[in-house]
Parts: sequence; structure tokens; C-alpha cells
Amino acid sequence: MPNVGDMLEGKRVAICAGSGGVGKTTTSAAIAAGLAARGHKVVVLTIDPAKRLADSLGLEDLGNEPRLVDPELFERAGVEMRGELWAMMLDAKATFDELVRKHAQDEETRDRILQNRIYRQISNALAGSQEYMAMEKLYEIDQEGSYDYLVLDTPPSRDALDFLDAPKRLTQFIEGRGMKLFMKPTGLATKVVGRGSSMMFSVLKRITGIDLLSDLSEFFQAMSGMVDGFRERAERVNELLVDPATSFLIVCGPQGEPIDEAVYFHRKLVEAKLPVGGVIVNKVHYETDADLESGEVADELKKPLGKELAGRVAANFADYQALAVRDAANIEHLARELRAKSVIRVPHMDEDIHDLQGLLTLDGYLFD
Amino acid sequence: MPDLFDKRLVFVTGKGGVGKSTVSIALGMAAARMGKRTIVCEVSSQEKASSVFKVGSVGFNEVKVDDNLWAISIDPDESLREYLLLQLKVRAMRDLLMRSRIFNYLAAATPGLKELVTIGKVWELAQDDRRVKKAGTYDLVIVDAPATGHGVGFLQTPKTFAGIARVGPVHSQATTLDDYITNHDATGVAIVALPEEMPVNETAFLERQLTGEVGVAVDRVYMNAMYPERFTADEASKLGRVLELTEGTANAAVRAALSQHRRRTSQIEQLERLQRRTRTPVRTLPFVFQPRLDVPAIRALSKRI
Repeated sequence: MPNVGDMLEGKRVAICAGSGGVGKTTTSAAIAAGLAARGHKVVVLTIDPAKRLADSLGLEDLGNEPRLVDPELFERAGVEMRGELWAMMLDAKATFDELVRKHAQDEETRDRILQNRIYRQISNALAGSQEYMAMEKLYEIDQEGSYDYLVLDTPPSRDALDFLDAPKRLTQFIEGRGMKLFMKPTGLATKVVGRGSSMMFSVLKRITGIDLLSDLSEFFQAMSGMVDGFRERAERVNELLVDPATSFLIVCGPQGEPIDEAVYFHRKLVEAKLPVGGVIVNKVHYETDADLESGEVADELKKPLGKELAGRVAANFADYQALAVRDAANIEHLARELRAKSVIRVPHMDEDIHDLQGLLTLDGYLFD
Repeated sequence: MPDLFDKRLVFVTGKGGVGKSTVSIALGMAAARMGKRTIVCEVSSQEKASSVFKVGSVGFNEVKVDDNLWAISIDPDESLREYLLLQLKVRAMRDLLMRSRIFNYLAAATPGLKELVTIGKVWELAQDDRRVKKAGTYDLVIVDAPATGHGVGFLQTPKTFAGIARVGPVHSQATTLDDYITNHDATGVAIVALPEEMPVNETAFLERQLTGEVGVAVDRVYMNAMYPERFTADEASKLGRVLELTEGTANAAVRAALSQHRRRTSQIEQLERLQRRTRTPVRTLPFVFQPRLDVPAIRALSKRI
């Protein structure tokens, strides 16, 4: 049986990726907990854990730095904790601010950037900035070199691929050709294109009523000294992504749509030459080898349950089997697309997973 | 306050993966059946409506998919182009803008601009006097809105822009949009949730933010994919006793029944949590025991919406 232990053999970084609502956060936490219990020092970077999950790990106020999960909690749940589990919640804005502090050439520039209106909007809201900061934090923690494994739970973007482009998009935005105009207000560039762009700005101002010019030029002038630092950093983040010690684990659900997305995502990762470890399919309805027809099931249960209840049990079973058949077909399609790569199936539990006990239940399906 | 179906513009929102697109289409079908000319708008270019109705890609066009029912996939770049066309009567000026690299940079980088023009487009669809030439009018515009997190920001965009641009055309247009979406007679919101821990938490939080900071009317909260009550507690304990006496397929069937009962019980707990934590009455939608959510399956759902 494929398992996460094999998928991550010889790896250091596991990136759990997939579309929203498929159980990425829970899966990341279960993988990290499982690796830690088996004797490794592990950190999980999460985006937005369920409060009850964070609470059950004793991490009510998770911050932007890793915190140790009390091993006592595992012992109490009947699990020997042979390693260490650390957890942190990503704060994109705080990470961006740290980056500016690190790269600003002097205090004045630093403050000008941190207070600039455009920067404040961008660090919160620029498409992909959360994704970029997740990568940035991952890189930073990896550089510290103090963990055996890093597990990253990626942000819930509409497109699971957003975060792959994020570092590139950010540097492109900052060093974009158009933006260079702002950096040399008296340079030749201004003289040549100056009339066009000032006209453009007056049109823009006319239809928008926003005078972006002053904020923007301040922002880009302040940022100009940091472009090289940012670019170099983004390149290193990209190197970490393609590192043989990194593994992408795609997380999805068993319905047609999530499976199609997983197939698409897998293809994109392969195209980008990124290392894919395998796929984890959550909430799978397992098929039972049924040798009886629905009517025969009802007949067999008639005696102990009575005719009416037996009929309902048989009808419910037929519904479950139909879902199981669908899931099996979808997973087969997925496995075909992935060729040799592993597919791990985690069953649809009767109860929602939102505590340590639940993570331990998942452990058996992920690691055995 | 009028019922959801008597409004002109309805946003369907919620956490990712809860079934917003399905609920949007089901609401659209229900409205169309009442005789309302209805359009379902997608904003994420996923084209779910067109794949359900098997009409090919609809793109940035109003395409008829069923009786009284249309679909459109709203592309922000197309919306911006359309906005500029309507806004700038001087052709040279328009061409200057569209060709300008800086403008394209700014348009791509200005936070919230995509959301603003998208809301501008759905507002336009909801007007009696359409700005787009030869366009028909709709009684109801249903928007399959982005997932939570982005969701609140999305609906708040007009207010934010009205604040940034204190005067001028964007200020007045953003104000028009904000006035429209916060007008409880014209615009409504339906939040979709699932009977699970995180979606319930987020739904409660979302409702507070939407009715508070954003100021929109939350008309409905749908708890989606609820299992039916198939077995009572007494029957479940009877099944538990019978479990050991059975084997093979019959045993699997009894286990499936017990699983169904447990899931239903856990879902009811989540439903009660949601009811305690939201002000809007919660409506439930049944889990669809069908391999694919096709037109008949969503139509059946639309009759219970």
C-alpha cells in the first residue's frame, strides 16, 4: 500500500497543494504529527486551522513563528511522541514586513515603504502575495536548518497553481518596465515617453478620480533599492521548490470535479519540473464486495430487522455502493493519469476531523 | 424586506468546496420556473454552468441555457474593456489607454480593480435600462461569488473605492454600486455552508461581516448536503445488535446504515451549532446520492430551495 512515509523518503519539504475544501489543512497537520511521532523534528506551516484543531493541539494563539506542540498531549492520547511537532500560522502581512525590514537600505526607506498606501494595499491584497509569503516563510525556516521535515499547507486560492507563479509575479510587478519610469523622474525615459504617460495619468485621473501618481512614484522609488534583494530571494525560493528534497503532495476529494482539478494540477507540476510525491484522496467511499443484490440483502435482513427496516437498510446500502462505485472510477482515472505515482485513499469518516484524536485516526490511513 | 426571489441581484457565497455553483444554478432554475428571466453569473472562469448544461463555453456572453435561464462567465479584463468603451466616448483616448503598458500594469496591479469592474458588470446586468446595446433585461441576476476570505473583500470593493477616490467619476460610480448592493430591497446574499466544523465557523463569521461592515442583507443561509434521517436512534441500536449476527453483504449493509446514522447525528450537531450562531434562519439542502450533479439532479434540488 502506498503511504506518506515512502512518499517522503529522503525528502525534507512536503508541500500539500489542492483546491479549497478538500481537507488540506487537516491532512498537513496529520502528516506532520505522524512524522513527528515517528521520531522526526517537524514543523507544519498552516494557513487557517480550525479553531478546535488548534485548541486541541494547545495552540490557541498560533503566531508567525513556530511553536512546540506539547508532547504530553500525544502521550495522553495514547501515542508515543518520539520526535517534536512544531506548528505556526502564516501571517502574510507580517512576513512581508519582515522582508522589507531585511532588505531596506536604511531606516528612512524602510519606514517610507511600510507606511506607503500602495504598499499597505499590496502586502494585504495583491493577488498572490499570501502565496508568495507562504513560500518565503518556508524558505526562511528551511534556511535555519533546524528541522528534519517542513510541511506546508498552501493557501486556499481559487486556482491551486497561483502560488507557483507568485514569486515571479511579485518581482515582475516591482521591477516591471513601466514602473522604472517612476524611478527616474528626470531621466531620458521620462522625456521620451513622458508626454504619453502624463496624458495617460490625466485620463486615468479623469475616469478614476484617483491620483495614483504620487503614491506610486514614492513606492517605486523606495522599492527600487530592494529589487535586487527581492529577485535574488525569489530565485532561491524557486530553487527550493525544484530541489530534489522537496515533494508536492496533491490533496483532493473523490468527486469528479476535484479529481479533474488534481489531474490538471499534476500535469502543471510535471510541466514545471516540480517533484510530485503522490496524491491523497480524502473522504473516499469504499466499495464492499457485494455478492448479493439489493433485494436479497433485504430478504436476508428481514428476519432480524423486520421487512420495512430491512428494505430501508438495503436501499441505503445501494446509495452507498453507488457513491463507492463513482469514487472508485474517479480514482482509477486519476491513477491512470498519474502513471506510477502513488495514490493514498482516506475514507469518508462518519465524523468530521477536528481534534488530535481525529488526526491520529487519519494516521493509520496515511502511514500504514 | 422582500423575499430573495423578489430582488434583482443575489450573491451566493461561502467557503470553498461547499457547493456555491450548484446552489447558484439551483436558485436560477427555481427563479426561472417562477417565470423570472434569470441569469447566473460566474466570476472565476470555471464555466460550471456551461458544463452542467452542456452548452460549450459561454464566455463573456449572455447565453441562454434553459427556459428563462441565461448564463455568463464574467472576465474582469473584458468587463474593464466594456466599461472603458462605455465611459470614454473619444476613441483616441480609449485607444491610448488600452495600448498603454503602464495602464495595463496598473489595471493588473491595482488591488480590487478586477473585483470592482466585475461588480460593475453584474450591476449593469441587473438594470432595467441596460448600457450594453440591444441587451435584454433580467428580473434576477444570480452571482456565483468568490469563496470566503475573498468573499467579503469582493462585496466591500465598491465601498473601498468610494473611499479612496473622494471625488470624480469613480467615486460616484463606486457609490452607486455600493448603494445598490447595500439596498436590501434590490440586493440579497445567500451563504452556503456544509455540516462540518470549519464551514460552520466561517459561515457564522461571514454573516456577521456581511451584515455589519459591508451592510448587505443576508437573506438565506443554506446548510448543503444534509443526509436524510433514515434511521431513528432506536433503529440504530437495533442495527447495532444485529451487526454481529450478520455476515458478508448483509453485514456491510448494516454497517452502512449505522454509518449513515452517525453521519446524520454529527450533521445535526453542526446544524444546531450553525442555527445558534447565525441570525438568518438556516435552510437545509439534501445530500445528492448521485454520482454526477447533472441537470435533473440540480433541478430536483431547485425544487427544495
